[in-house]
Amino acid sequence: MALAGFANTSSRRTSAPMRRSRVAILLLLPGLAYLGLFFLAPLVSLVITSFEAPNPESFDIGSYVYSFQWQNYVAGVAEYWPIFLRSFVFAIIATVAALIIGYPIAYFIGVFLRGRASLQAFTLILVVAPFFISFLLRTLAWKQILGDDGWLVTTLKSLSIMPADGHITGTAFSVIFGLTYNFIPFMVLPIYASLERLDLRYLEASSDLYARPTTTFLKVTLPLSMPGVVSGTLLTFIPASGDYINASDDFLGGPSTQMVGNQIQANFLKLLDYPMAAVLSVVLMVIIMGVVTFYVRRSGTEDLV
Amino acid sequence: MRFSLGKWLLPLYTALALILLLIPIAYTFIFSFNDYFKTNIGWQGFTFHNWTNVCDAQGLCSAFGNSLIIGVTSTLAATALGTALALALARYKFRGRGIVSLLIFIPMATPEVVLGAGLAAQFFTLNVEKGMGTVILAHTLFCLSFVVVTVKARVSSLDPALEEAGRDLYASPAQVFWRITFPLLIPGILSAALLSFALSFDDFIITYFNSGSMQTFPTFIYISASRGVPAEANVIASTVFILTLAVVVTSQVITRARAKALKN
Repeated sequence: MALAGFANTSSRRTSAPMRRSRVAILLLLPGLAYLGLFFLAPLVSLVITSFEAPNPESFDIGSYVYSFQWQNYVAGVAEYWPIFLRSFVFAIIATVAALIIGYPIAYFIGVFLRGRASLQAFTLILVVAPFFISFLLRTLAWKQILGDDGWLVTTLKSLSIMPADGHITGTAFSVIFGLTYNFIPFMVLPIYASLERLDLRYLEASSDLYARPTTTFLKVTLPLSMPGVVSGTLLTFIPASGDYINASDDFLGGPSTQMVGNQIQANFLKLLDYPMAAVLSVVLMVIIMGVVTFYVRRSGTEDLV
Repeated sequence: MRFSLGKWLLPLYTALALILLLIPIAYTFIFSFNDYFKTNIGWQGFTFHNWTNVCDAQGLCSAFGNSLIIGVTSTLAATALGTALALALARYKFRGRGIVSLLIFIPMATPEVVLGAGLAAQFFTLNVEKGMGTVILAHTLFCLSFVVVTVKARVSSLDPALEEAGRDLYASPAQVFWRITFPLLIPGILSAALLSFALSFDDFIITYFNSGSMQTFPTFIYISASRGVPAEANVIASTVFILTLAVVVTSQVITRARAKALKN
């Protein structure tokens, strides 16, 4: 999978010497033009939209004009900061949970199964198998399984483990569960890619020097798999913090679990409050870019692309 | 040295985690056979009816068709643009490569909801009507970066000796590219195209912001989620799952067989 390639770029084999040529411009031009028109320009229109105010000459809902209305940001942050906070708390918990669940899986495939290529391939296919089935249907399946009429909740209630009026779906727990579940493969693949290249003789050397298994893991295995952990956590954290499927009412969430994505969608598509949707998007983007830059700098793996 | 503890604990743990990962797939598959009435919740009995009458669910098949058209078109566009970018990055020196790499990386680090809202804001400003065209443009964008990363990894890992041999035998640069480099890149380009199709086919967030009244398979599920998704949608999802699994397993077997043949 290409996602594993995310972590794969640091060790480069000797490749062909690079040349200067006009061909490069021809190769770059179409792709860069596309990115300019459909990535940079939309970001600019988001920023412009975020400074718009209702059109005074029109009574239509959804009619706005640019007027450097910077107060939009004040209003947006004042109204929505708890939701931003909730989104990032949910995303951080889901990322940590995915790391705790995913690392052993990656270790099992990359180290434990080393040398048994068919078994490695088989297990990897099982890890990515959820990607082959619709994201929305997977999440809906959990909604039915964890739902109030589902087998799990009725059993827990009949055993009095859960109060009679208790729920799993619609709570923060089920949203975080859904986020963790949906993004585990994004965590496993890059960590696996790092562990796959780990030289097992380092582990032998460590144990020959009387290091205990825990010491070997913390001092040798974990540091050597850090590039994978960095890519994996980013690949989980970014989509999790912007996700709005898991937290949506019709899926695993409820009114008290709304995330930023839900608010952006509601403002843009239901309330037609484009400036507010744009404000929330710009703030989300700035925070995430900040987190990514800080995190990548701190962990010293700047060669992600 | 492997952890003695890991001898049985680690496989057991992995097995349990994998079962957890696979539960929703099994659920979706099983409930495609549910003899449901109105809502496909709770088991009501076994039937093949949903499998033999997939298009009975209103709007499902046209949504699925739209998803296929969008997936194929945006994959072709993204693969062409992305392969060119990957070749330029891996093979040529030029000024501003840092900025180019960054411009390719940032879309992957941007939350989908921001990409979706940005594109929708732009189409709104330019008065472009939302529909299949806008969705294809949007999908091409977010698939592009993934194609670049996949193909670039392949270009960087090519053995330069093969191309040198071509040049030594007086092949022109164009001949070297089309007869040596390009054929060697085909597996990388194919896997990039597959990934890109998969991303496009399953995308909901960006699509929903830019599709207007046009429905794709994921937006169909989202809209019907509040009143119950028809079991026919499970049939389509299960079929797609089985086909994808078959493609992935076959390609694994072929790569394995080829690697063995090369060794001998």
